[in-house]
Amino acid sequence: MTAARSPQPASSIPRDPTGADRAFLAALILLGGSYLLVLVAMLVADASYTSPSHLWKALRSPEIRFAIHLSFLTCTLTAILSIWVAVPIGYLLARWRFPGRALVDALLDIPIVLPPLVIGLSLLILFQTPPGRAIERIIPVTYAVPSVILAQFMVACAFAVRTMRATFDQISPRQEHVALTLGCSRPQAFWWVVIPEAKRGILTAGTLAWARALGEFGPILIFSGATRMKTEVLPTTVFLELSVGNLEAAVAVSLLMVVAAVAVLLIIRTFGAQESLGRPL
Amino acid sequence: MIHVRQLQIRAGSFSLSNISFTIPSGRYAVLMGRTGCGKTTLLEGVCGLRRVEAGSIQLHDRDITHLPPASRGIGFVPQEAALFHHLTVAEHLAFALRVRKWPDTHVRARVAEVAESLRLTPLLDRHTHGLSGGESQRVALGRALSFRPEILCLDEPLSALDDETREEICSVLGDLHRSTGVTVLHITHNQREADRLASIVLRLEQGVVSCTQRAP
Repeated sequence: MTAARSPQPASSIPRDPTGADRAFLAALILLGGSYLLVLVAMLVADASYTSPSHLWKALRSPEIRFAIHLSFLTCTLTAILSIWVAVPIGYLLARWRFPGRALVDALLDIPIVLPPLVIGLSLLILFQTPPGRAIERIIPVTYAVPSVILAQFMVACAFAVRTMRATFDQISPRQEHVALTLGCSRPQAFWWVVIPEAKRGILTAGTLAWARALGEFGPILIFSGATRMKTEVLPTTVFLELSVGNLEAAVAVSLLMVVAAVAVLLIIRTFGAQESLGRPL
Repeated sequence: MIHVRQLQIRAGSFSLSNISFTIPSGRYAVLMGRTGCGKTTLLEGVCGLRRVEAGSIQLHDRDITHLPPASRGIGFVPQEAALFHHLTVAEHLAFALRVRKWPDTHVRARVAEVAESLRLTPLLDRHTHGLSGGESQRVALGRALSFRPEILCLDEPLSALDDETREEICSVLGDLHRSTGVTVLHITHNQREADRLASIVLRLEQGVVSCTQRAP
């Protein structure tokens, strides 16, 4: 005699698995796609609001040309400085356990969560303190070009640090261990094994810092001011053109920033893809 | 010969103490024990990757207890091979020799020799992306043996391989040991590997290492 099997609950077997899959996929596309749609719509709206003649006019304006030049210069310096600082911090946090590590980790996130205006204000106050004034006597910082770089750096570096931390977390310490047994000192293992392994992460951190610096406005407005032909970067131009009602120029400059940001991202993605195929960078 | 005496090592909250064993020169020692009993910690202590709190490690007549890993002359192959993804196979085999500033001609000759012995010659110009598990382990072995270490430490080098590749690398390890005469300390869970390769079986149980000699 065989025992009667209890019938399986009908609800546990989808009647139409293909239909359920399709509905699930449609929901994912709908949720994700709506964000992408608004993003593209914004760019299309910008592009349709301006014309090649507006863009050309903007590019010929000495003030805007100055802003483009200063933006590229300060963003590049900020990206280099950010990598210079983010690599050691990311490496230390990923590899070493030390007292107060959690506190340091939390402190490094402050520029990410703090309102940008507060960062600008804090920098302004810092340079009113005796050590800040002493620095000012040697190199004028506040309301000068160094203040633009410092304001961009304080925010952009935090993103670079996060990227480098994640990069070093993903690189197995075993590779360094092997390098040590092969005859390397710690610095040699770092330069010959860890840094080449982290190359894509460093590139990503630099790009992120550059792009973040390009869009930085709040701290620059407070700490550097918005003086034409002196501390004017592209976001400052957008603000200044808007404030005088020149919407066409503001949109044209915005589009320039979009094009610059997309170009940098595409270049880095292309190099990143080549790197992953094993070709030298 | 490697002589470990009254060794005490700490790894976080885990610690090993009073560990003693001897592996005579040229012998193939297999270290076995349950998962989490401290085999890898012990191996790391021998290689200099973990600080020794007490006791001593002697390599022939040299006390290496507190020497940095670079000065010990011990080759190390971890479980996951840990290849350097930015280097070609040839660059892996040359790595330790370049660190030691060997002349180019010597490096090329040694790389060719190691590649030949591990059947890596056709792969020398390849990057590590796309190497099979067995190929990766042979590269890791070649990298560790390139500078002619006195001791070769292997941390479960066959555990991630399929049966066929495991057999292949087992043969490679046996051949290498016979041809180079290097003293080997090999961690494994696999009794068949131990039966096939070991001339000494060390068992780490409840913090004590027991030693069984086997016919070579």
